[in-house]
Amino acid sequence: MTSSLLFNVTTFAYLISMLLFFAFLASRAKALGTAGMIAAYVGLLAQTVAIALRWKESYDMGVGHAPLSNLYESVVFFAWTIVLIYALLDIKYKYRVIGAFVMPFALLGMAWAQLGLNTGIEPLVPALQSNWLLYHVITCFLGYAAFAVACGISIMYLIKAAFETGGNGSSGGVIAMFPPIKVLDDLNYRAIMVGFPLLTLGIITGAAWANYAWGTYWSWDPKETWSLIVWFVYAAFLHARITKGWVGKRAAWLSIVGFAATIFCYLGVNLFLSGLHSYGGGK
Amino acid sequence: MTNNKRDFLQSLWDFFCSLKLTMSLLIGLALISIIGTIIPQGSLPPEYVQAISPAKLKLYKTLGFFDMYHSWWFILLLYLLTVNLVACSIKRLPHIWKTITNPVTIFNSALEKSLSGVTEFPHTGEPAVVKERVAAFLKIEFAEPVVTESGGDWHLFAQKTPWCRLAVYCVHLSVIIIFIGAIIGSVFGYKGFVNIMEGESVSKVMSRSNEEIDLGFSLRCEQFSVAHYASGAPKEFKSILTVLENGRPVPDYTNARVIVNDPLTYKGITFYQSSYGNAGNYFFTVSDLSGKNPVPLTIEGKSSVTLPDGSSLHVIEATRDVAEFAPGLSGPAAQVELHAANGKSESFVVYANHPELNIQHAQQHGGGPVIHYKGAQERMYTGLQVAKDPGVEVVWLGCLLMVIGIYAAFFMSHRRVWVRIQNGVVTIGGNASKNQAGFQLCLDRLASKLKTDLSGEEKP
Repeated sequence: MTSSLLFNVTTFAYLISMLLFFAFLASRAKALGTAGMIAAYVGLLAQTVAIALRWKESYDMGVGHAPLSNLYESVVFFAWTIVLIYALLDIKYKYRVIGAFVMPFALLGMAWAQLGLNTGIEPLVPALQSNWLLYHVITCFLGYAAFAVACGISIMYLIKAAFETGGNGSSGGVIAMFPPIKVLDDLNYRAIMVGFPLLTLGIITGAAWANYAWGTYWSWDPKETWSLIVWFVYAAFLHARITKGWVGKRAAWLSIVGFAATIFCYLGVNLFLSGLHSYGGGK
Repeated sequence: MTNNKRDFLQSLWDFFCSLKLTMSLLIGLALISIIGTIIPQGSLPPEYVQAISPAKLKLYKTLGFFDMYHSWWFILLLYLLTVNLVACSIKRLPHIWKTITNPVTIFNSALEKSLSGVTEFPHTGEPAVVKERVAAFLKIEFAEPVVTESGGDWHLFAQKTPWCRLAVYCVHLSVIIIFIGAIIGSVFGYKGFVNIMEGESVSKVMSRSNEEIDLGFSLRCEQFSVAHYASGAPKEFKSILTVLENGRPVPDYTNARVIVNDPLTYKGITFYQSSYGNAGNYFFTVSDLSGKNPVPLTIEGKSSVTLPDGSSLHVIEATRDVAEFAPGLSGPAAQVELHAANGKSESFVVYANHPELNIQHAQQHGGGPVIHYKGAQERMYTGLQVAKDPGVEVVWLGCLLMVIGIYAAFFMSHRRVWVRIQNGVVTIGGNASKNQAGFQLCLDRLASKLKTDLSGEEKP
């Protein structure tokens, strides 16, 4: 068994999971929601094994390093963290329908990685040969994933809010399956509450690494600057919410803007701007 | 002080305390930061200067767009943010401090009305005895209570982690500490750069603002080397360095290895592997298409040489063995760039052991001169980033405080429980600074456990 086979299994499982969640939305049959969740868990398990296997394979090739060194590996890891955060959310709150709005992000990541990116295991360039790589990438991506989940929940919030103000107070069909509007608002906050400390840790570990490798903990490189922009947006979100009671639609929009900035920080900076993180770029 | 003046000061104070200002500053800083990631910073590439109009160039320069993060108005926003968070903290801290150090211990009816989900149940014991049991119960199940008697009733108050209400101020303080660390670094430290030839030593480095800085000691580069993976990708850039005091090697800093991600620190100054190059001579011969009439040619380091036909040549990179880049070929090779007299330029590889490839290339490209590589007298130099930053420890202290503060602010909550024992009635209520709904469940469990606890002990 190879990691690349397992990554294909993962992608397929996430596809099935997403389709089952969509069918669950349309049919409101509880069994479909459970099946969707099971498919997500199968995918998560396969992906966990695949990441471990890829790690081992790199050692077999004599270039051993954690599978977090290029765009392909980071996109795969991002998809893994999204499903992981969603699984934790499911264990705690059991709102199956959220899967229909979160699994597409994970599937998109896996499909793009498997089809569009260079999947080869490459040796580490000198700049990445450090233990900081592990701490920095893991904290950043767990943070990004929490923001992705918050974004999915915010989209659900806006859809539900639009239907509820649209006249028929207790709308039937798909929308009725969504968790109550207050719960969505609270979950959005909770996901960001998890993501923000992780992003903070990610920025700090990045600064510590930069200081160790280059002698400057902060050099206003585009990646650093964008991570700070993301931090500002979510800091604004938290201040507005805690002290000003910004809840509901405004909070949902701010969460979506925050995730857009996150995605630009992750991908946009590598694809459109140049800087110190250039090795994360696509080939 | 006149009323007007007081009004003005009051409104100025309110302005600095306002959350609107915080929001505007955070969003403003986020938006302004984008500019510096799109417009090039520092020394501008000539292509960029040519591509934009002079008016735009002047406008951007005036607004400080080319050094966005050091422009006066970006710095001003950072100062405003600092004043804002200090003012907010000063305004709210006394109240919070009072809540922590001087808690309400009497469970009166006004407090009872402010709490949701207060539980009441009857008891049959003597209040003074019941009080003892409730106190013991709270100590085990929640926290040690403060017991007060007031008007014949007993009031018990217990709390957990009251100090976590300070966490948010801890985060604010950490931001200020990080700023202080950054200021210390910029005032008392410097960032510089130095190239050292193999076998040579330097005692001065060039700072980023082009000032010469005396190190107070010398640094010698013994050797520089590059290792490659089988694929040709670089594996390791390594400098062997020796620190010299008064021309004598310092024992623990002799032949020290510096690679990327593993710098050398001596007397608070740190040297980081950053770049490298060859300043030695490259040797070529230039012949006509048949390979006859070879003329030797030497190129010094990165300089350019003009060929007889008016074109100029310089070396981009050279290797002792081309096999690691081009399997099947062997021997030394150099990648060169040729700028023809007609303005065209091309980059290609010339070999020492494969003259036929050199001729073939010349034939395919207009039959210009044939260039043969003869090898190089290598003289590597290492490029080191130099940094002295006495503020960095302060920055890490700020970061540590920030992480602890954020954790406490989000995941810990100040929980308070009040119990009142009157003749025949026990009343229990409480609240939490965060996640009130979750705490209510705990409180309900606590109340029912207390109820069974009291009734159980009274019966036997």
